[in-house]
Parts: sequence; structure tokens; C-alpha cells
Amino acid sequence: MEKRIRVLVAKPGLDGHDRGAKVVARALRDAGFEVIYTGLRQTPEQIAEAALQEDVNVVALSLLSGAHPHLFPRVVELVKGKGMTDVLFVGGGVIPDADIPALKDAGIAEVFTPGTPTSAIVEFINANVK
Amino acid sequence: MSNENLKAKVAEYNAKVEKAAAKFPERKNLPEQRIYTPVDVEGLDYDRDLGLPGSYPFTRGVQPTMYRGRFWTMRMYAGFSTAEESNKRYRYLIESGATGLSCAFDLPTQIGYDSDDAISTGEVGKVGVAIDSLADMEILFDQIDLGKVSTSMTINAPASVLLAMYIAVAEKQGVSADKLNGTIQNDILKEYAARGTYIFPPKPSMRLITNIFEYCSKNVPNWNTISISGYHIREAGSTASQEIAFTIADGIAYCDAAIKAGLKIDDFAGRLSFFWNAHNNVLEEVAKFRASRRVWAKVMKERFGATNPKSWMLRVHTQTAGSMLTAQQPENNVVRVALQTAAAVMGGTQSLHTNSKDEALALPTEDSVRVALRTQQIVAYESGLADIVDPLGGSYYVEALTDQIEKEAWEYIKKIDEIGGAVTAIEKGYIQKEIQDSAYKWQMEVEKGDRVIVGVNKFQIEEKPVEGLLRVDASVGELQKKKLADLRAKRDNGAVQDKLAALEKACQDESVNLMPLILDAVKAYATLGEICGVMRKVFGEYEAHVNL
Repeated sequence: MEKRIRVLVAKPGLDGHDRGAKVVARALRDAGFEVIYTGLRQTPEQIAEAALQEDVNVVALSLLSGAHPHLFPRVVELVKGKGMTDVLFVGGGVIPDADIPALKDAGIAEVFTPGTPTSAIVEFINANVK
Repeated sequence: MSNENLKAKVAEYNAKVEKAAAKFPERKNLPEQRIYTPVDVEGLDYDRDLGLPGSYPFTRGVQPTMYRGRFWTMRMYAGFSTAEESNKRYRYLIESGATGLSCAFDLPTQIGYDSDDAISTGEVGKVGVAIDSLADMEILFDQIDLGKVSTSMTINAPASVLLAMYIAVAEKQGVSADKLNGTIQNDILKEYAARGTYIFPPKPSMRLITNIFEYCSKNVPNWNTISISGYHIREAGSTASQEIAFTIADGIAYCDAAIKAGLKIDDFAGRLSFFWNAHNNVLEEVAKFRASRRVWAKVMKERFGATNPKSWMLRVHTQTAGSMLTAQQPENNVVRVALQTAAAVMGGTQSLHTNSKDEALALPTEDSVRVALRTQQIVAYESGLADIVDPLGGSYYVEALTDQIEKEAWEYIKKIDEIGGAVTAIEKGYIQKEIQDSAYKWQMEVEKGDRVIVGVNKFQIEEKPVEGLLRVDASVGELQKKKLADLRAKRDNGAVQDKLAALEKACQDESVNLMPLILDAVKAYATLGEICGVMRKVFGEYEAHVNL
């Protein structure tokens, strides 16, 4: 049997809005992925460590506080710093369109904004996971 | 016509229209019946179930005159960046006709960290204003007369500290604490269950809350010491019935804690207030508001034996549902907010915040906030909805739905009682799981098209990126850091250490009310992070456990 795709759903920063993260985590699990949810208030260091420990293929970051320009790139940097160069990063939350190009430059493969169906996230991960 | 005859007629009608209805595609999530008649309110006893406004069980409203006396308080939730910037926005809102202030704090403030703490990086001033010390609070309310304005502060875990800062600013303005009007949210239970800005574990958190109840009953008598909030529970995905049930269960837990601490129900219950969400389904929301008043009145009178009618009243602030705003075709949100406003007003709210159309994308601009405030003013002055009290009272459907929501709420309250009360139910993850399940169900309905969200899963268009969004300057963090460095250099650090040491000692003794000690520390310009740091040291921090 093929190894199941492992996804870390993470909430970096101090933001407490986790409706989206939990719904996405459950939808990914229902789509057959192995899902680990970090819970709230994770530092980039904690997320990178969890990504390593759990040996995940995908890190999905959710943030609605506006701190994404600082926190998303920091997570990518730390995860890659642990030698995990094949990890696929995706992000979601209240993220203005204008911020997306910079996040993509920093290594976030796709940013899913409000209104995105969970099926689109599943499809994207299936198509892009390494 | 007797109800027996009417029942037969309704059955006949249903049989006749069944065939015609079958021609149309079935819409999902509809009320059980297509029409409601006197049959559906057969058991309704006017005096027992509705009464007149201002009298038990307050189904029709808590004040005798409602909006014929005066309109609800139009209170716009605002705050971002620095105290200086937010002060400008507050003064703009007051000039535009807002009748109360509502302060949004940034996440470091809400979680008790200073702006120069490493964990605050990237978050300072983002979702609200950054407050590190009394010095920031003085700027925030500069040229705003705290003796005249009523101020609501969305602050929970460190509510005691922000309230102390507010009292200290007022004192400097020459306004004594007994003249202050306002609200602190101070509702930690829904932070664990839905909103996420908790700090300490439940036990010391409940102590802080009861300390505030006690302190305010003696010193700040017009202050609403808590805003028991369903808003965030609903935002996290609950249904209407769950929103009021879980919140009222939280309210019961606060009363139990205060009584256990030696307070008498009628000494604090009149200062308890609530916070509801105004969601999209107008009639369901109106029924929810009505049902919630009836449930709380019964809880207070029958369960707690409160005898002061003020203790029986569920007074409520409302905010339109942020989670129902769409990032797609954001102009449509103006219409959603107008309908939600109509629901809150027909539901009989005491105050209201209306969201702005751009809030699924960013914090609102000044222009979009004006439209949101104008929406309230149009409903108040032009729509006629505020012209009579409880305009939907007596509607067969709304009365039947009010009964149904009340019934569902009691079932949940009973279940939570069986678990051991709201604190235990939250510690066991029961309430969180119920909310998550409802959120997931909603999302799947949207994805299947069983629930239509205009512009999102139907009637979509190709859209251009929205321009002109508000952006919080990234330099806020640096600015706050500099202000803190200056403050730490110029204040009397010996005095600060003394006050913090006294607070630490008091934290270890459960019989001490912490409010006076927090006030002392605040007045010495101890920072929020320092004060919360002392409490963290003694109380520890809450650790959440998530079951997906």
C-alpha cells in the first residue's frame, strides 16, 4: 500500500481563530490524508519541530491576524533548515491578495483565501505533493 | 374556527400543495413546515410566555419602552495600530454619531504580552490597538471624556488589568470610578471553547472574574463586569440554539463561582451582560434573541432565586456575523449587514456593532465603517423596525421558533449540568466538539451546494483584486518597543518591583481580592506583560487539548 500523505495543520502566532484550521484538518482527514493539528499559538520553531517529528509531506498554515508576512516565511525557513526540502507549504486565512506574491516567493506554494472549498485544497495537495 | 377545524384545513392544504411543490427542486435546510398557523402556538400562554416588555420573562424586551424610549447604543468595535491612531478613529466615530466606544486590542495585549516580547513579533497593532502600559491608555482616551462616554473593551484573560488602567485614566481626568460606564468582556470560558485568547487555567481565571464582580459592585457600580459571549461560539460554527445554550451555561458557571466566593446573586447579577451574534437568517435570529431572554430569566429566578428584576434581565450587545461576510463581491456584504441589523433590532438588542463590507479581507477603512454605522442609522430612523416594541411577537412562526430554540437550549443546558457544568464540559472538550461538528456540517453543506452563499458557490463572477484596503504599518512594533524602552527608563522601577511583589504574594492567597493590587501596579506604570507575567508565574498557563 502506498504511504499516506502526512499533513501538519498549524496555527502560528497568537491568533485564536481556528474554525478554518479545524474544518480543513477534518476535510483533509476525510480525504484520506494523515492529519496532525498543532492547536493554537505555535511558534515557528515549534511548528518546524513538529514537522520534523511527524515527518510530514505538507505543512498547512492558517492565520487570520495579519501576522502572515512575518510568520509564514519564518516557518518555511525553519522547516527547510531542518533539511526537509521536499515539504509542500500551503497557507490560508484572511490574507489580502497583495500579500500573496511575497508569500509565494518565500516558498508558500498556494494561499487559500476565504470561500475556498476544502476540495480545492485536497486537489492542490494531491497534485503538488512531492 | 376551532383548532380542530384548522388542523383539518391545514392537512388538506398540505395534501393539495404537496403535488405542486414536488415540481420544484428541493431546497435544503428549510423549516419543517411551509406555513405556521394558530395550531403551532396552541400552548402559548401570553402572560406566562411573553408578558409585556420590561416584565418577566422579558421575551418581548428588557425595557418597558425599548426603542420608543431611545435607540440601542450604536457601538462600533474599533482599534488598530498605536493608541494615537486608535484615538483618532474613536474621535472620528464619536463625531459621526456613534454613541459608545468599543475597543479592539491587539493579540499580544489580549494574551498579556508586551509589544517587545519575542512572541509578539508580527502581531503588534494588527487586530487591535497595542496597549503596554497606563501611558498607552492615557493616549487612547485623550480628549475623550470618560465621565460621558460608555466604553466596551474586548478583553478577557487580562480584563482586570485593562479595567484598572481605565479606572486610572479616569482618575487622572478627574472622573471617579462610580461615574464610569462600560463593559469588559471578561468571559474566559468562551475563550477556552471558541475564541482562543486564554492565559491562565480555569480556576485562577474564575477567581479573577469573581474578584472583578466584587470590586465593581462596591467601586464601579455602573460597570458591566462581564459580557457573556455567544458571538464567538457562533463565529466558530455553532447553531443558533447552541450559541445561546453554551453561553447561558457559561453564565450559570460564573454565577456558581461568584456565589461560592461568597457573593449574593442580586449583588452582581444585574451587572451581567450578554453578547449575541446577528447571523443571516433573520427570523431565526429574532427568535433566538427572544428565547435567550426567556431562558435567562428562568435561570435567574428559578435556579438562582434572584429576586431583583434587574437580575432576571438578559441585556445584550450584538455584533453582525463576521464569518458570514464574503471576500467575493464584497459590496454584497452591505446588504447582509443590513439584514443582520434588522434581525438584531427586531430581536431587541441593547447595543450593536455592524461589520464593514471589507472585513473578510482586512480591517475596515474609515469609509466602509461609515457605511456600516449608517446602516444602523437607516434601520433606526427610516425602516420603521424600531417604531414598535417586538414587532414580530405574535407571528405564528416566530413564536413557534422561539419555543423550539428555547427547548433545544434547555436540552443542552441539562446535558452540560449532567457533565458537571460548563467548566468541566469545556475541560472535557464537549462544547468544542459540538461547535466543530456544526462548523464542519455547515462547510460541507456549502460545498455540496445545499447551502447557497451568493457570490461564493452561486452567482460568482470574475473579480479584480480589491483595492484601497487598510494596512497596518509594519513599523508599529518598533514604535511600541521604543515607547516601552522610554517608559522603563523613566518610571520609578523600585516602586514597580514593590507593587509586582505585593501582587505576586496576593496571587498566592485565594482569599485576597486582586483588583486593588493590580490597580496599584498599573498606577506605578508596571506594564501589562509584567503584571500578567507575575500572574503566569503563580497561576500557570492553560493547555488546550484538541479532538478533531
